[in-house]
Amino acid sequence: MGNTTYYHSVMLEKEKCKGCTTCLKHCPTEAIRVYGGSAHIIKERCIDCGACIQRCPYHAKVAVTDPLTRLSDYKIRVALPAPTLYGQFKGLTDIGRLLDALIAIGFDDVYEVARGAEYVSQEIAQRVKNRKVHNGMPLISSACPAIVRLIQVRFPELLDNVVDVISPMEAAALAARKRVCRNMSAAPEDVGIFFLTPCPAKMTEVRAPQSIHKSNVDGVISIMDVYGQLNAQIKTARHFDNLQHAGSHGVAWAQTGGEMLAVGVENALAVDGIENVIQVLESIENGDLSDLEYFEGLACVGGCLGGPLTFENTYVAKNRLRRLSEKLPRLEAPDGEERELTSEELRTQLLFQPNPAMKLDDNLYVALQKMERIEQIYANLPGLDCGSCGSPSCRALAEDVVLGFAVELDCIFKLKQKIQQMSKQMVDISETTRK
Amino acid sequence: MPLIAEVFPVEKDDFVTAGEASAKIKRTLKKLGVDSALLRRISVCSYEVELNLVIHSLGGTIDFQVTQDSVMLLVKDRGPGIANLELAMREGWSTAPESVRMMGFGAGMGLPNMKRNADEFDIKSEAGVGTEILMKFRLK
Ligand SMILES: Nc1ncnc2c1ncn2[C@@H]1O[C@H](COP(=O)(O)OP(=O)(O)O)[C@@H](O)[C@H]1O
Ligand code: SF4
Ligand SMILES: [Mg+2]
Repeated sequence: MGNTTYYHSVMLEKEKCKGCTTCLKHCPTEAIRVYGGSAHIIKERCIDCGACIQRCPYHAKVAVTDPLTRLSDYKIRVALPAPTLYGQFKGLTDIGRLLDALIAIGFDDVYEVARGAEYVSQEIAQRVKNRKVHNGMPLISSACPAIVRLIQVRFPELLDNVVDVISPMEAAALAARKRVCRNMSAAPEDVGIFFLTPCPAKMTEVRAPQSIHKSNVDGVISIMDVYGQLNAQIKTARHFDNLQHAGSHGVAWAQTGGEMLAVGVENALAVDGIENVIQVLESIENGDLSDLEYFEGLACVGGCLGGPLTFENTYVAKNRLRRLSEKLPRLEAPDGEERELTSEELRTQLLFQPNPAMKLDDNLYVALQKMERIEQIYANLPGLDCGSCGSPSCRALAEDVVLGFAVELDCIFKLKQKIQQMSKQMVDISETTRK
Repeated sequence: MPLIAEVFPVEKDDFVTAGEASAKIKRTLKKLGVDSALLRRISVCSYEVELNLVIHSLGGTIDFQVTQDSVMLLVKDRGPGIANLELAMREGWSTAPESVRMMGFGAGMGLPNMKRNADEFDIKSEAGVGTEILMKFRLK
């Protein structure tokens, strides 16, 4: 923790960026500015949600994930497929075949994240059931790292309500390492655990964890990067019959409402799309959803099936996943001898910390003075929020000016005014000198 | 002297923009780095009072001011006023019409919650004239 270095998976490929300002408006934390002909990401504010990746018409925003070649860094390689992966393949009727294909492309073992999700669901259900004081706000899911980071930046007062359970990915990674070390009597450091991700936010969760000391995931590979190879192997790969374990509830986590369903809370709400999630978080903050018990917010429309690194159309994938799930039993996390993870292991180790990137100043009085200046500058801007200045709105430009990152004349309307003024002065001067 | 002062007009029955004043107030307070617990209290008060203007009043204003040591919300409306203040302050008391209850409002907890969450709370009302509510919050 204490990630002052701000690791990020979302990056700009400068050569591709045309400086068009499309991404500017869609960043939920106002973390993008355009100057010198290209976009720039303010690293303190970026939450790696991938909204800009999905919007950029020139594909200049990219997600940095690990290449498949990283597999060779380890003696034993375990794949952790996100349940989202299951919905990507046309004609796939048996999840087991897909897991076989993972072995065929170079993994030695597979542990389904959907299985991890079953453990996590059980823990969350306990938290909701045993909650003693209801502070007028629901418990909030910690599964989508982009939403957790959004809360850290924009809704820090809700952090206490984010559930203290690790993510299904981390649960799966922990269980996988234990299993492989036991069954193959391998040293923990010889085992490489690779998550197959639908999004850059998960890469960031692994590289800069917020609620645990160190991630159990060793590498994060984009679903897009393995799609082709897996598709080629699905029909022909050798069959193993012990790879598929997760039930329908674990698999359901890939889509919006899946977590809610698996946790089994009556009065819960599931929302997807980061703008929608922001609206609901505002309502929670206003005390307007005071009877709600659980809130599942996902940054991507459609949930993880709509992640920026997925191959298939969200709704096509959703339908496939539904049909695959229908064949699966509804499983609880295993008990007794079979149980792979303890409640203690499933608990987060650190408290989520607020990210003060939106604050004007640490000192309230100084912040107030800056705010006063911002209001003055803002009052003189045209209020069109056109983005031509390179800041996402007139107010954001006023803020940037006060914080020293921009000048008022970055506003093209201000500039025009100034030029008109100056040319008038020139005329005046030349006329007086002629006399 | 307030360093920040903004007056938000709020119109009767305008459910389309209802909540926008509170949202702006919250945004400002977050930029100022106001402490989480306090921010929550102010959010609840400004939202409840804004919705009361939309639902129960003939329209009015929220005057939002921040000084070095306090946040103030001064809310004034153009009527109809509250005939029995004691009743209005009671938990669960509401005169919200059925149409509004169908929208999920009218639990009768707004005024009691404002009183509970503000450091200072003062309400004056005259039937036929209007209502005035002053809420203050101490910074630190
Ligand atoms: N600005 C106002 N003008 C007139 N009446 C009001 C106003 N604010 C509150 N009231 C009255 O006080 C009652 C209680 O308000 P409140 O506690 O917010 O509950 P609710 O809004 O759910 O009815 C309202 O039902 C209404 O009769
Ligand atoms: S919804 Fe899923 S895919 Fe999208 S950012 Fe969150 S975790 Fe990643
Ligand atoms: Mg009310």
